[in-house]
Amino acid sequence: MSKIAIIGNGISGVTAARFIRKNSMHEVVLISEESEYFFSRTALMYVYMGHMRWKDIQPYERGFWKKNKIDLIQARAESIQFDKKCIQLNNGSTVNYDYLILATGSKSNKYGWPGQDLSGVRGLYHKQDLEYLERCSPGIRRAVIVGGGLIGIELAEMFQSRNIPVSFLVREPQFWSMILPEEESKMINRHILEHGIDLRLNSQLKEINGNEAGNVHSVTLDSGEEIKCDYVGLTAGVSPNIKFIESSEIETDRGILVDEYLRTNIPDVFAIGDCAQLRKPRKGRRDIEAVWYTGRMMGECVAQTICGKQQIYDPGIWFNSAKFFDIEYQVYGQVPSKMTDDLESFYWAHENGKKSIRIVYEKTQQTVVGFNLMGIRFRHEVCEQWILRKSALDKVLEEIRLAFFDPEFYEDCSAELLEIYRQKSGKKIEATAGWRLDEANLFLNKNNQKT
Amino acid sequence: MSTFGIKILQKGRNKMWSVVIGFSGFLMLVAATYDLLPVGLFILVISLTLISFGIILYAYEAYRDVPEGIKNNHNFFNSLSSRGWLGWLTGMVLTGFYILLYWFPEYLGQGDKSNTGLVAFFDPLSQLLKKQNASQWFVYGVLYTLAILIMGVKFIWKYRHSKYQLIRTLSVIFFQLAFAFLIPEFMLRLNMPYNDFKNMWPLNYYFFDGWHLQEMMQNGNIGWLMLIWGVLMIVVVSPVLTYFFGKRWYCSWVCGCGGLAETAGDPFRHLSDKSIAAWKVERYLIYSVLVFSVVMTAGVLYSFYSGRPSIAGIDTASLRSIYGFLIGSAFSGVIGVGFYPLLGSRVWCRFGCPMAAILGIQQKFFSRFRITTNGGQCISCGNCSTYCEMGIDVRAYAQKGQDIVRASCVGCGVCSAVCPRGVLRLENGSIDIFDRAKKVRN
Repeated sequence: MSKIAIIGNGISGVTAARFIRKNSMHEVVLISEESEYFFSRTALMYVYMGHMRWKDIQPYERGFWKKNKIDLIQARAESIQFDKKCIQLNNGSTVNYDYLILATGSKSNKYGWPGQDLSGVRGLYHKQDLEYLERCSPGIRRAVIVGGGLIGIELAEMFQSRNIPVSFLVREPQFWSMILPEEESKMINRHILEHGIDLRLNSQLKEINGNEAGNVHSVTLDSGEEIKCDYVGLTAGVSPNIKFIESSEIETDRGILVDEYLRTNIPDVFAIGDCAQLRKPRKGRRDIEAVWYTGRMMGECVAQTICGKQQIYDPGIWFNSAKFFDIEYQVYGQVPSKMTDDLESFYWAHENGKKSIRIVYEKTQQTVVGFNLMGIRFRHEVCEQWILRKSALDKVLEEIRLAFFDPEFYEDCSAELLEIYRQKSGKKIEATAGWRLDEANLFLNKNNQKT
Repeated sequence: MSTFGIKILQKGRNKMWSVVIGFSGFLMLVAATYDLLPVGLFILVISLTLISFGIILYAYEAYRDVPEGIKNNHNFFNSLSSRGWLGWLTGMVLTGFYILLYWFPEYLGQGDKSNTGLVAFFDPLSQLLKKQNASQWFVYGVLYTLAILIMGVKFIWKYRHSKYQLIRTLSVIFFQLAFAFLIPEFMLRLNMPYNDFKNMWPLNYYFFDGWHLQEMMQNGNIGWLMLIWGVLMIVVVSPVLTYFFGKRWYCSWVCGCGGLAETAGDPFRHLSDKSIAAWKVERYLIYSVLVFSVVMTAGVLYSFYSGRPSIAGIDTASLRSIYGFLIGSAFSGVIGVGFYPLLGSRVWCRFGCPMAAILGIQQKFFSRFRITTNGGQCISCGNCSTYCEMGIDVRAYAQKGQDIVRASCVGCGVCSAVCPRGVLRLENGSIDIFDRAKKVRN
């Protein structure tokens, strides 16, 4: 029996702990200063908006940890002596380990803007960020959000729920245009404006201005324009939270460098989740992917390895999802923001301007490589199978209803989708499958037997 | 001031007016209870119209200018919907009303020969519908149906982006208005026995009572039709529909208790307890009530056919009256609705309804209905669990990627609606859930 110390009780650390417990009787200790119990970081916004209470975003009841013999320590790891296998905590005590899992997550990016450390200027990542925002909120007459990504739009929605006017600065000409294709990006632009947000595209922050007391009172843009505000949300992405061990013998780049088994350069020390940087990422994937499910997968993978079933980290086919105010977004596979030379896409948008389907395919072979959905839900496993088996675009369109995952009675857009494809391609294709669960399962089973 | 600020102010002002309008109608009802208002159809209609108009205006103000989509903002800040003083006050007023209604109707004006107060206030409407004076149950029926209607309008506004919610709510409104309210009243007017054709044993626990059996058998063809339909509902219609669609066909599409919970109870749905402890209490309680109701029914049937008043020393009539008092009145009425603002909207359905227990057993063991989850998309945010009115920890399954088959799920579809990642879907399919579970990743 070994002792496993996990630093960080986010989704990666907690998943690792759970799966170690599932597979073994190793001693497990979870160390985190941020919060007493594991919570879903992605749900912080819903606490601020009043959809849920703090206890509602904690997936496990208090008794869970004791019952599963996972020790919790609420303290910050100050430093680690790798040669002695010992962690120093900020409360003066130390923790020894046989295996160490670093799951320290991210921190909000700050790009050295003048005034970025004034009070009333902060990112949104940690529990403490939310508590700070809550304390500031009564005095905010206008907020400015810097950075056009997922956290930025969530923050805009949060302020909007409290009737706080928002100016949203996006450096690019479209919202999230590094990731979203132009049509989808424009759809979200419209949707942001529809919610009464003062969206400023092509706008860069030059300076954050404070008063004598050190509080923010305005921001100055590149254009010279000044916007008065009482809060500035910094949401220009996140980066690995590894400062406390950067000067140690552990090898780091932007994150902690790990191999395909999530091992660092130091024996018995692993890194998972947002803080880990893969030395050799899978083709088409990035070396750091700060998303919920990769954290979960890494946690499970490292648990298997520690429990004696060596497992290579394989994140499979890329997928992600988000919600921009009221528009749901799902992506499966490869969907570049601008089509490359070898890729093309078939795009359909609903006339209401809030739903669209984009299927990306390889030009010469016509094999489907990715799906981008706005306001429409697709079945994950079905999309994955089409991509894995390199299905042709025609075939996918014929079977497209297998993927539909919208609730019953929702508008079936497949007829319109096929009609537009027939017009564009001149091909005579007909829908061959239905949207029912049984048919989707039959399709998945058939394929499973093949592979 | 910015146009944004003006819009917010305007909204606040209109909402205040809607509250004033609604309350003035409500005050007329209260005044009538104390005989402070003259009786007349005209004044009754004004009172009910003011209440309806106030609530509908409030809903309009809350959701107009707001883009379609899930808006649960401030639910846990609002005193009414988060067990604040307003929630407690509402709970006490509702509970008080139910206590008067069930056990002290004379305080509402129910008289032996002629009515006074609130019940008399409804006499003109009762005369219009069935040429009889009102009873406290008529008053209750009108208010109940009105609540489902008006709060149904509010519900539809809130969830207008979802066709499933729209159709389901229209169905619940239709069954309450036609089957639970109008058809039984017209039957009384035509001198036929009272019958709610969508209601069934054991929710309708008096169905097999001697007096009820006699009433049906003595009323010729229509009575026999009622009896046969009632039995068919239990043994054929309900199991077949539950096999294909899950218990939702009844609990969240047809049932009156469910109808009130889905509409008037919607602002309180997130208050249901999701703890494992609550789940344990739920299982013991609901199946105990089921056993009690079966034993009680067997007892009264035995007495009816044998003519003996007791079985194994237990008096069947007293068994029946204990059930009626504890379960039929106290649990389903007083606690079931009175505690909406404290324990959530489905207290009765979740902890007490023997009908839900039977349908739940069918759902769990042979129904095709399940909630499926979409691959690895769940981010464990907890919206689904929070907004589950039946207290199911949906997230616990969703984050593992498992199909969800639970005896208590009424298939309201709100978990699927509030999920910000589109992970959940209500589906009917014939594949065994355990086979599917094997394939999904952990």
